[in-house]
Amino acid sequence: MIARKKILTDEMVAKIESLAPRYPNRRALTLPALHVVYAELRHVPLEAVVEIAELLGLAPAEVQDTLSFYQFFPQEKPCGQVRAFVCRSVSCALRGGDQLLEHLCHANGIEPYGTTPDGRLTIEPAECLGACDFAPCILANDDLLASMTPEAAQAELEKPRGRAT
Amino acid sequence: MPSFKPVLLEAVGVPDGHTLASYVARGGYAPVAKTLGEKQPADVVEMVKSSGLRGRGGAGFSTGLKWTFLPKDHPGPIYLCVNADESEPGTFNNRILMEDDPHQVIEGIILSSYATRASTAYLYLRYEYPKSWQRLQAAIDEAYAAGWLGKNIKGSSFSLDVYLHRGAAAYICGEETGLIESLEGKRAWPRIKPPFPAIEGLFRKPTVVNNVETMACVAQIARRGVEWFKSIGVPADPNNPRDPGSYGPKLYCLSGHVERPGCYEAPLGITARQLIEEHGGGVWKGRRAKAVIPGGISMGLMTESELDTPLDFAGPGKVGCLGLGTAAVVVIDDQTSIVDFLHNSCRFFAHESCGQCTPCREGTSWSLRMLERIKAGKGRLKDLDILQEIGNTMGMMPGSTICGLADGAAWPIKNAIKKFRGEFEDYIKRTNPSGWMVTEPVPALQIVGAH
Repeated sequence: MIARKKILTDEMVAKIESLAPRYPNRRALTLPALHVVYAELRHVPLEAVVEIAELLGLAPAEVQDTLSFYQFFPQEKPCGQVRAFVCRSVSCALRGGDQLLEHLCHANGIEPYGTTPDGRLTIEPAECLGACDFAPCILANDDLLASMTPEAAQAELEKPRGRAT
Repeated sequence: MPSFKPVLLEAVGVPDGHTLASYVARGGYAPVAKTLGEKQPADVVEMVKSSGLRGRGGAGFSTGLKWTFLPKDHPGPIYLCVNADESEPGTFNNRILMEDDPHQVIEGIILSSYATRASTAYLYLRYEYPKSWQRLQAAIDEAYAAGWLGKNIKGSSFSLDVYLHRGAAAYICGEETGLIESLEGKRAWPRIKPPFPAIEGLFRKPTVVNNVETMACVAQIARRGVEWFKSIGVPADPNNPRDPGSYGPKLYCLSGHVERPGCYEAPLGITARQLIEEHGGGVWKGRRAKAVIPGGISMGLMTESELDTPLDFAGPGKVGCLGLGTAAVVVIDDQTSIVDFLHNSCRFFAHESCGQCTPCREGTSWSLRMLERIKAGKGRLKDLDILQEIGNTMGMMPGSTICGLADGAAWPIKNAIKKFRGEFEDYIKRTNPSGWMVTEPVPALQIVGAH
């Protein structure tokens, strides 16, 4: 019998377990566990869902149900090293948010929600990022790109950037 | 009007204002020591109740009264959930508080937990606020190290743990029972009430859900007193026994077409015009406002002639808006198409409807499809009546949904079409000269981008 290679590393399991005392049951660890895996792998493949379910004593369908609700954790393949959320809600839209998104997709040759072929950049439309005082804005990994023009945004997205926490 | 000194925002612009040392130097945490040493939980409830503090998250319910709904002599645990899922378009006041003065929020959490006898507080933070996450975690670590959190706080019998819990970019998690479901590890489908969270909430235990700014207000009331809080804002209307008044300072978020967007603290009851002119430097580029959102997109629209409406809890409702909401004021200038505005609003709600209740799931989705068709030059005047019908039939108020998301989706539709019907009709007639009068059903367009 060939041992199946685990997706969740010992480090990931330890990180998830370290949060367990905070909650009276293990199901509440679902979102934290998804975040732990996503932060490492930039996606949460189905195999990881099964392993998280095993770890938490849940059915895989329960974890998958929660995961799919948020439409936040990619499953098929990792998102780009930089995941850029371009705000399209009202305050940003009034200051050119939709045009900003269109420009960036065009400049990088991808559709919204797409990733560049080199795996470096994913561009996604986002609802209100809560930085309307800096509209139009982008959240690129952990960095808020404030009051962007299309040109400035493209230059920002070409810079190297720390990974999301 | 006497000049008003910001209190909730006093740390903004202060070097290292987010640190424990700065907060203590400004008088922070002294009220906690005093409260734990001298007061009973019931005293704190009474203090907050008599201050007239109403929740800052959007619904404006009396905070102290909410606390009294908890069962008496419950063996515990009782939970406090702090709602930091701030996602209402136009709103960022909680972000400013958490980034620039996280200890003010934590002090409010300690006092509120003491009042409600909660020994665990979860702060549910939206994913999009990584800086808030870092600042809050650092502040919580500092508070533990200094003995303001943890076991037997400052030698008292009161213990409290505060945990950050991170969301995953869903608007519905700001609805208090959606937040609870999400925290429990499930999809964030709001619960049917009753039972209200105070009776059966997080992990089926009595739970209070309060907003971040509400927590900051509790800290300030403890520091400065009930009389101070009640001296600010709009007193209760003596002719309306159901009006509890609008007391205290409020953080107004100003954005859109203004010269100086930002978060401004003002007494409850400032008018939209004052806010735009005195704080925001006026409508940008010397233009005029066509419409203004009074408190987040869910609240609907005020016209230019309605801008002298006071932004207290009762004000926006008097001009047909849903309410004060999050007090996020978004200015739309006279060069902007109201059709584009409504399309944006419908797209937001179609994306964020959780899908649990059919009237909301279908109503938000079809209103977006209709706006797409209108924008594609295939609108008909009849569409405006159908949109109105959707607006009138989805939501808690008509009684067709579990939570208020659909009311928030309905209000921009209702307000925009009622207050700007002429512009919609002109647009439809101009862009669809041969078909605007058709009343037979027409097929929807294929749309992309709602999800």
